[in-house]
Amino acid sequence: MNQSNPLILGIESSCDETGVGLVRGTTLLTNTVSSSMEEHVRFGGVIPEIASRAHLDAFVPTLQQALSDAGVTLADVDAIAVTSGPGLAGALMVGVSAAKALALATGKPLYAINHLVAHVGVGLLDESIAAVYQGGQLPEKLGALLVSGGHTEILRVRSLASDVELLGATIDDAAGEAFDKVARLLGLNYPGGPAIDRLAREGNAKAIRFPRGLTMPKYMGTAEAPGPHRYDFSFSGLKTAVARCVEGYEARGEAVPVADVAASFQEAVLDVITAKAVLACKEQGITTLLLGGGVAANSRLRELAQQRCLAAGITLLVPKLSLCTDNGAMVAALGAQLVMNGVAPSDLAFAPDSSMPVTSISL
Amino acid sequence: MRILTIDTSAVASAAVLDFDPQDLARTARVVANFATKDTRSHAEVLAPGVKSLFTDPVTEGPALDAIIVGTGPGPFTGLRSGITVARTLAFTWGVKLYGMMSLDALAQQVFDTPRYVDGRAVAPLAMADFVVATDARRQEVYWAKYSASAALIDGPHVGPAADILPVQVFGAGAGIYAQQLAAGGCVVEASFSQEQPTALELGRAAMRKIAAAGSLEGAGFLDSTPLYMRESDAKVPGPRKRAL
Ligand SMILES: [Zn+2]
Repeated sequence: MNQSNPLILGIESSCDETGVGLVRGTTLLTNTVSSSMEEHVRFGGVIPEIASRAHLDAFVPTLQQALSDAGVTLADVDAIAVTSGPGLAGALMVGVSAAKALALATGKPLYAINHLVAHVGVGLLDESIAAVYQGGQLPEKLGALLVSGGHTEILRVRSLASDVELLGATIDDAAGEAFDKVARLLGLNYPGGPAIDRLAREGNAKAIRFPRGLTMPKYMGTAEAPGPHRYDFSFSGLKTAVARCVEGYEARGEAVPVADVAASFQEAVLDVITAKAVLACKEQGITTLLLGGGVAANSRLRELAQQRCLAAGITLLVPKLSLCTDNGAMVAALGAQLVMNGVAPSDLAFAPDSSMPVTSISL
Repeated sequence: MRILTIDTSAVASAAVLDFDPQDLARTARVVANFATKDTRSHAEVLAPGVKSLFTDPVTEGPALDAIIVGTGPGPFTGLRSGITVARTLAFTWGVKLYGMMSLDALAQQVFDTPRYVDGRAVAPLAMADFVVATDARRQEVYWAKYSASAALIDGPHVGPAADILPVQVFGAGAGIYAQQLAAGGCVVEASFSQEQPTALELGRAAMRKIAAAGSLEGAGFLDSTPLYMRESDAKVPGPRKRAL
């Protein structure tokens, strides 16, 4: 196997995108994604069984497309990498089963990879930020803020291949999930993120003061004596507050000022997310913060994160959006790091783990 | 002819069979066989199980004449893991892929099992039309009706065991609902009330189809589309309740 510049095929199926990516070392060859998003629209959120059914039918065509786009054959591939968690159990099962079959049919080594860490590894593939990574290396003192419909986390990344730590995470809904639920309350379409982002631009973010979850002193504590949820998030209370607010307008027979509600809600989510991420960076000596996950598409999140990072002297890295959303290239990118660092491949008998912790970078 | 069969409609199983379709009786042999007992760890065990059937899967896989996968009905998650593996192997090795209804495997096994009296085989286990049934969870069974020669007559269906009209009923689904079936006039064969579909029996049924048709193409196989039989449980949310 080429260990210095390996060709890795990455497979992702943890939520509603079936992704197959090909990466050579830190060079992106192709990033093919088939999404079942359309099928979830009428339900207002991802339905795990529908996502799993779609993965089954999308996998081989997506694989075929990726190989042909990259102009490589399976014989050229040095190793296969697959998301083994965290994610939806039934969805993970499809990608994992396919990856195992591919590994056994080709005799190639297989890496069972952590989806969250892969969101960080993908930064190595973006030429515009690779310069900051100095020749395929991650900067020192790196943190990551991951925000999507499935997760909301702050990570510390000492080494992609061997040392990642969870600093904070949502204790209930993911941020993207809160966007979807509030969008539904406001009569907007799924996915809620883009709809709210658009509407919020017309609204006043200060019109309604919605609660900021887990920001009270009893949760925060101090830098010296941190409270139980200093870097954690909670969005279910916020969602309830928005529902009460909307019901209030209706009960009074008033028109709901949807743009103001959207803007104020969005501000409440993003204010906490960026404030806590920057706080964690400052207190933990993190000087570079990488943004990942589908909510990185949100214009206000980028703006607020940029502002606050700049003020705190933190370098913010935002990979291009196609690399921020769930995809196979990010899995391949992390797989390549593991191969280049001499990490042993996974045993073919590994089990997908829907709640795989970030400390477990591969199985 | 050499085929790989995979079935994960209940347990995780795979088998390699070798035979001459012109002379099945004399040539058919099981090259290798793998099956679990449990019905919930397919994603872990299936790939290592398939691997164990070969000395070198990388060279022996492409030499197969076909892969035949059980398309259920069966619990969705397990079922999908077998079909995903089969589709991926077929694509990677460039081997033809066919599907077969998984209950055919149980019917084949019933057909192959004699009735013993005092240790001597005296008759086939099923003398007339019979039903095979597996566990569909949620108080229901997957079932299908076969002739005494194991030809599919009716099904597959999913529903309560009480839907099955008086016949002999075989398989793990019959074992679970033996009382209801008996109350409805069905006869549950105790010696066969824990059996699950397996790739080995699916392969035996496939060999019989291929031999009868004289070719793989003419054997009337299905494609590899899973027989879900149930929609996903997802409900389109109704309009939100207004405060007034
Ligand atoms: Zn993700």
